[in-house]
Amino acid sequence: MRQVRAFFLRTAELFRKEKREQEFAAELESNLQLHIDENLRRGMNLEEARRVALVKLGGTEQTKEIYRDRRGHPMLEILWQDTRYALRMLRKNPGFTVVVILMLTLGIGANTAIFSVVNAAIFRPFPFVHPERLVAVYQKTSQFEESSVSYPDILDWQKDNRSFAALSAWRRDTFNLTGSGEAEQYQGLQTSANFMPLLGVQPILGRYFSETENQLGAAPVVLISERVWRNRFGAAQSILGKNLTLNGKDYAVIGVVPATFHWYRDSDVFYPIGQWDSEIFRTRGLSQGTQVIALMKPGVTIAQADADMVAVTANLANTYPDALKGTSAVVVPLREDAVGDIRPLLLVLLGAVGFVLLIACANVANLLLARSAARAREFAIRTAIGASRNRVIRQMLTESLLLSMTGGVLGILLAIWGTQAALQLLPTTLPGIVRLDLDMRVLLFALGASLLTGLLFGLAPAWKTVRPNLQETLKEGGRGMEGGRHRAQGIFIVSEIALAMILLVGAGLMLRSLGHLWNVKLGFDPRNVTSFEVSLPPSSKPDAAAIREKNNQLLERLQALPGIEAVSVVFGSLPMSGDSEIPFWVEGQPKPTSQNDMSWSLMYGVSPGYFRAMKIPLLAGRTVSAQDSHTAPLITVIDEEFARKHFPGQDPVGKRLNLMILGPAEIVGVVGHVNHWGLDSDDTAKIRSQLYLAFAQFPDQATTMGANGADFVVRASVPSAAMMQVVRKEISSIDNRQIVNRVSTMEDIVTASQAQRRFSMLLLNGFAAIALLLATVGIYGVVSYLVNQRIHEVGIRMAMGARPRDILRIILGSGGKMALAGIVIGLCASFALTRLMARLLFGVSATDPLTFGGVALLLFGIALAACYLPARRAMRVDPMVALRYE
Amino acid sequence: MGEKKDVWQGTLALMALKTLEALGPLHGYGIARRIEQTSGDLLAVNYGTLYPALLKLEQEGYIASEWGQSDNNRKAKYYKLTRAGRKQLAKEARDWAETTEILARFLGTGKETA
Repeated sequence: MRQVRAFFLRTAELFRKEKREQEFAAELESNLQLHIDENLRRGMNLEEARRVALVKLGGTEQTKEIYRDRRGHPMLEILWQDTRYALRMLRKNPGFTVVVILMLTLGIGANTAIFSVVNAAIFRPFPFVHPERLVAVYQKTSQFEESSVSYPDILDWQKDNRSFAALSAWRRDTFNLTGSGEAEQYQGLQTSANFMPLLGVQPILGRYFSETENQLGAAPVVLISERVWRNRFGAAQSILGKNLTLNGKDYAVIGVVPATFHWYRDSDVFYPIGQWDSEIFRTRGLSQGTQVIALMKPGVTIAQADADMVAVTANLANTYPDALKGTSAVVVPLREDAVGDIRPLLLVLLGAVGFVLLIACANVANLLLARSAARAREFAIRTAIGASRNRVIRQMLTESLLLSMTGGVLGILLAIWGTQAALQLLPTTLPGIVRLDLDMRVLLFALGASLLTGLLFGLAPAWKTVRPNLQETLKEGGRGMEGGRHRAQGIFIVSEIALAMILLVGAGLMLRSLGHLWNVKLGFDPRNVTSFEVSLPPSSKPDAAAIREKNNQLLERLQALPGIEAVSVVFGSLPMSGDSEIPFWVEGQPKPTSQNDMSWSLMYGVSPGYFRAMKIPLLAGRTVSAQDSHTAPLITVIDEEFARKHFPGQDPVGKRLNLMILGPAEIVGVVGHVNHWGLDSDDTAKIRSQLYLAFAQFPDQATTMGANGADFVVRASVPSAAMMQVVRKEISSIDNRQIVNRVSTMEDIVTASQAQRRFSMLLLNGFAAIALLLATVGIYGVVSYLVNQRIHEVGIRMAMGARPRDILRIILGSGGKMALAGIVIGLCASFALTRLMARLLFGVSATDPLTFGGVALLLFGIALAACYLPARRAMRVDPMVALRYE
Repeated sequence: MGEKKDVWQGTLALMALKTLEALGPLHGYGIARRIEQTSGDLLAVNYGTLYPALLKLEQEGYIASEWGQSDNNRKAKYYKLTRAGRKQLAKEARDWAETTEILARFLGTGKETA
């Protein structure tokens, strides 16, 4: 208590120093007078009395100093003094200050931005009730490590498991809203009844649907998103109980889901998955992209849950061997599921951006070091008149921390802007995270980064400055210490170049990967091809014959449009955007005992124009033709991979396949392989066989699944945008309730499949460019400084007969040596570090000699160029001027 | 709670408090003189220690100060004991007595006390 009171009083003293100073002086003076008075009373003469009293009083200045220390907070006062002094110094050198703060702002800002993303992806809990207990559960099949699950299986999982408090199915679909106002396509999320309760999300209005509403034949109900509620329904409370016409069917609105809810991406409507009456959806073993999220019971570990699910699926496989034999399940923590793929990328980026900050630090340290040379005399004088070494170091640290803190604050501002940009570019969305906030951890990180930066670049010059021999410094310019200073600067430059080298190698490897990727054979020609989805007019009871008829009509009308070369419907797979697989066995071989034991192939349901639209070459036989109608015998076209795998050394044309659901089909042709899974992953994908079916021959139950929307691809000789205008007009002239959606060119689809790599390459290249720039500026600055320091020496050398060429060699030699050292160190470090990014590379080894060599040469060239400018200045030195210089 | 770490300063503060209790309001010079006299001039009070000690006592609220006139019409700063100061003095005196007693036993006749 007493100490607290004293602390506040001492703090208060900070603001009335002057007055208290006078007061104490007066007290000491009165003390002296009282003593003199007494001495006089004792009979001393005035002189004697004064002398004795003064001796007794002792050194008043010292007393005052001790008194001062007790009175206020000496540390605080010194800090305040140092800060004011530092501010004055920084103001006096605006150029220096601005450059330093700019570098630090960039360094700290970029670090904070990247860390925010890393924080959200890797550290921060997802905004659900028990994020640590949330898991994704997948089916494991012979074809897929993590496969979506069929609905009947999910229902059994819900009943049989003992590890989960709740287990819920979810699936995305699109819904077409018609009725009042303009037709619109909505992103729908079909879920089990326990989906939102499991995540702990409450509707802001109404309620989530119940278990009884999540059954076949229950009254149709739907929840809408807050966004739709506000935009389309003006946030009317009366929305509850109103009807919404989706896909031609009326749904009663029972609730509104808050805008903060975000399940990987935005959804507009939420609908009970159990009401979906599709026959295929309800077939065991046929997953329709249905996924599973579950909440583990408290205390259950991932391993226990996994073991439980393996047991559950083993039982199911025994009960339903046809569909499930050989399948199992795998439990993955939600975090792992959401960010597993981008974790290495994020960590590489965090490392890279850390290097940029280090380079900025080294640069700033160099600037400070150069400046401290100019201030060496000042510090020597301060030391000589009594400033302790600590005091001088504290002074310098105050300056550097002031700089780094300013950089930190500006950096945070930059980061706030930068994170939103980074989030936009990030190729993966995170569940529950709509935008990135700067949380405590990020702020602490930024603060820590600023502090550490200040210490890093401040301490080295401070240390250097207080070491010199005082006398030397005071005597003359301070030649004695120059050697040491140069060595420190040399070390900074070498580390800068080494760090820049690492970043450049990383960026170079990414660049080469991307180059390799662009050279990967696609198997189709994406140029001038546009894909889009057309939602057919809704009807409450989709009729397969009608859908086929509509599609044919559409195809004919589109084909007739000017500029359109080929058009096709696409059902099932589309290269690099969606996949659908079908199990089969070759006729003549024994029927496998379960679906899981069958061979699987990618399946494309197309119309005759597809191969022309995509420019997929025909290798043997024929492709799908107009004669392959619903009533004609089932045919299929396979790709060369399929032929190689299942008919090695034979002619597959004329052979027959038994396809699940569809039945036996005759192979009529072989076409080229298409890169389906993505430029970097098609070679290693598990399912590479591809087979094409005529969409017209699809069975009714499969055809009706395309009722809500069918994909089309169009090859045109006119630009995509112009062509789409014509296409839209044509489609709405057929039936204005049809909606065209999801338009994108095939080229964009191919590019998007490389989004993550492009994103990381862009960032890495950006960082490398900054690093290169900083290192170049750094080496230029240091060499210029050295040249200035050596003007005298150069003058003497020239007076003694050295030619400009010799001078050039000396200067370039000293710069080149530093560059070379940095490059060698950087090469070694890169060699060790780049293997960490091996997963981000394609077609190039993490220690690619070409990249390493090229980058080393580039860096060396740039370093020499940076030395050349100051060297040229040295060459032109007039010996007379140089010798007179000091 | 007073500081005991620094015995000399702690003791000086105690002496100053005791002096103010015995003599009433007094200036710094007076306090120093009184301590020296009481000690039989065995102690020499250093002003560089006394004034910071007085300042600390004042900051902690044990004494208060005020400018006044001395007997021979000199302006001087007078210190006086506060109520908290009286309590603190009693407590410190007790602590001190205890300490000295322990030390006396320790250094004394060597009588064992259980």
